Amino acid sequence: MSQIEHHDYDVIVIGAGGAGLRAAIEAKGRGLKVALVCKSLLGKAHTVMAEGGVAAAMGNVYAEDNWKVHFRDTMRGGKMLNHWRMAQLHAQESPDRVQELEGWGALFDRTKDGKILQRDFGGHRYARLAHVGDRTGLELIRTLQQRAVSMDIDVFMECKVVRLTTDNDGAVTGAVAYWRPTGEFVTFGAKSIVLATGGVGKSWKFTSNSWESTGDGHAIAMWAGASLIDMECVQFHPTGMVWPLSVRGILVTEGVRGDGGVLRNSDGKRFMFDYVADMFRAETAESEDEADRWYDDHTAGRRPPELLPRDEVARSINTEVKAGRGSPHGGVFLDIASRRTADDIRKRLPSMYHQFMELAGVDITREAMEVGPTCHYIMGGVQVDPDTAATSVPGLYAAGEVAGGMHGSNRLGGNSLSDLIVFGRRAGIAAADRAENLRQPSLSESQVTEYVDEALAPFTRESGENPYDLQHELQELMQANVGIIRTESELVEALEKLEVLKERAANVAVGGGRVYNPGWNLATDLPSMLTVSTCTAQGARDRRESRGGQTREDFPKADPELGKVNFVQRQSSGRGFSSEITITPEPLPVMPDELMAIFEEESK
Amino acid sequence: MSDVVMHVWRGDADGGQFEEYTIPKQDGEVVLDVIHRIQATEAPDLACRWNCKAGKCGSCSAEINGKPRLLCMTRIDTLPEGETITVTPMRAFPVIRDLVTDVSFNYEQARKVPAFNPPPRPEGGYRMSQIDVERGQEFRKCIECFMCQDVCHVIRDHEENKSRYAGPRFFIRYAELEMHPLDTNDRRDLVREEMGLGMCNITKCCTEVCPEHIKITDNAIIPLKERVVDADYDPIAWLGRKIRRRTKRTAAEAKVQPD
Repeated sequence: MSQIEHHDYDVIVIGAGGAGLRAAIEAKGRGLKVALVCKSLLGKAHTVMAEGGVAAAMGNVYAEDNWKVHFRDTMRGGKMLNHWRMAQLHAQESPDRVQELEGWGALFDRTKDGKILQRDFGGHRYARLAHVGDRTGLELIRTLQQRAVSMDIDVFMECKVVRLTTDNDGAVTGAVAYWRPTGEFVTFGAKSIVLATGGVGKSWKFTSNSWESTGDGHAIAMWAGASLIDMECVQFHPTGMVWPLSVRGILVTEGVRGDGGVLRNSDGKRFMFDYVADMFRAETAESEDEADRWYDDHTAGRRPPELLPRDEVARSINTEVKAGRGSPHGGVFLDIASRRTADDIRKRLPSMYHQFMELAGVDITREAMEVGPTCHYIMGGVQVDPDTAATSVPGLYAAGEVAGGMHGSNRLGGNSLSDLIVFGRRAGIAAADRAENLRQPSLSESQVTEYVDEALAPFTRESGENPYDLQHELQELMQANVGIIRTESELVEALEKLEVLKERAANVAVGGGRVYNPGWNLATDLPSMLTVSTCTAQGARDRRESRGGQTREDFPKADPELGKVNFVQRQSSGRGFSSEITITPEPLPVMPDELMAIFEEESK
Repeated sequence: MSDVVMHVWRGDADGGQFEEYTIPKQDGEVVLDVIHRIQATEAPDLACRWNCKAGKCGSCSAEINGKPRLLCMTRIDTLPEGETITVTPMRAFPVIRDLVTDVSFNYEQARKVPAFNPPPRPEGGYRMSQIDVERGQEFRKCIECFMCQDVCHVIRDHEENKSRYAGPRFFIRYAELEMHPLDTNDRRDLVREEMGLGMCNITKCCTEVCPEHIKITDNAIIPLKERVVDADYDPIAWLGRKIRRRTKRTAAEAKVQPD
């Protein structure tokens, strides 16, 4: 193994989306040696896909807004399954984090008096999303990328981490990775490692996620001994494109609804008025007139039901389509054309205009869009300490989508970008704190050899299955059996089939060389995809209730007892792809009285 | 429905050839969909970069029938019907494999840009007007697909120019910083002396290929050229600078990165 390229760092950050960049900036700012390792080119991470905005209670549009209201909205959106402390830190710190981006060059849209403009989004009581048209994620990643580059952070692009290495005490010592452009391996020794690898959506057939979202961080953390929570809680964004089939799943920003767009069924009816749950009735408009008054003045009416949290809207669309009131291609209609001027639409939603014009041949200033739910985000993830983002593995931290707890069972739109910068920073601080007090660890040669061999195994098999076939079957299975509406028998069947897929994945073969070989790259993604899919199916089977991103046809109501627990998953013996995953309900952390009071005041 | 016949360039830095693939046509597909179906069936090792598949990340740049395009935003039914579709890697960058090129030139240029440097943040945050941020926002729409770099003839056919030419993508970056309401660095001498702004002779090829429809030439390069010239030769501007004691720094000072 002497021939393997090796680098020692104080801190390595895996993943270069918003959370990873923010963590690296923080650690580098402390004067440490920091590397950023990412599967794609720098600046291409999934953060660029975020459209609507970054949620922060700055009160620039509604002065009444403050962190307590944001905290309350986030917890209610998550159906109270959130880790209260994460939701609190997030609500308190996001305004500073957004302001900080401006100091690094971000150019947000402005209010008339020159402050950062904020827009309405589902589940947020006040207009709260700082934004740049409908390309806020691009602004965020570019700003952080340019900051990171100006600080001279080392970036390892198109470099895929396959496993973390650990010492005898279970602490991380580094990572084994390969360069996609050459297929050569590289090892990193690190005192601290921050996981910021994003989500898991590529295991579903219809998803807004790119090829990168294969749950690598979730899986390598679990294989290194970390615990995962709430993996059953997967968000299906209500509005993905449904036609043409080749673009099915691509995101249509919630900003369309925040800016006045409404959902209609095939009868032309604004059906969301029929789906207002008791929990949200007091704050939701009863008539179209009332809802329409609200857009211009939030005191003149209550919120339109189109802006309920995403889980509510996605389920309602699903029900309408199943009842035969869908659009020609199996979605519903999202109409902004009849509600705003063409100029307004092009100005506020330029990339949506583009996307529909070029991909579907639909002019959204003249026609309604056809939309339907698409797999978008996993609320569950690696269990972390709220203040430090530390996992249960010493030296391993997790921030952003890969971390669990912040969003409970359902994430509000706009809370993801703010999550990235709040907890990315916190992970960077904690990783730096640890690294400052530690000697450079050395990697176990036997671990490195084992992990390299594991990754190269698909080349050694003379015959075997095509990795694309397996990925395709996995996506069909997760879409059909572990989709937006779930039921016990289908989940049990999914778990049985996942075991078969795991066995078959151990027999995948690839041809060609190691240089930029997507077939091989996919073969090395499959173990992560199958691990996280198993976690999701297992959690969905055991959480016998409906709550946020977990909807059970056979248990359609929330169960107050299950609302008090997280389902925690670990590998009990052995570590790695083929080891058994255990699942146990564990009590949620108890919210202190002063925060509880925020909810009690309201129910009076 | 009929078939799609695609000629895809396959090879590496040492050379390569076109491979022909025939794939059944499907409704509404883009070129990237067809590439993906080729990967999933005939050629699992066909190398191609992509991420978002929605025209937002700028990863899947290549040349379709000789023109720089995003593979994910080019619908098959917009190309001449019944004709073979040719897909080749971007020509201005070295090939790694098949459709994937080594775009590190662009990342090296990014490292040369003196950082954004605002004044300290006042209590309550910075104030900027919408009209002032809009100029920079146009350039910040850039998805870094690097097709403007690919098509720019200063470097497309002249590898030797790369050492002294930043290219359109970075001219819009410099223009953005130059027009940023908060920035205090002055990069005009740098852009003229080391980034090769003068080598651009405004043929607008970059503007034509920009998938974000950024008016690179009209709104960034030409105003930047004017500002650079003003900085150097305009006696009134010179006098104005003396009188107003500009706070903008020179290129040499600006090269020092802030903390």
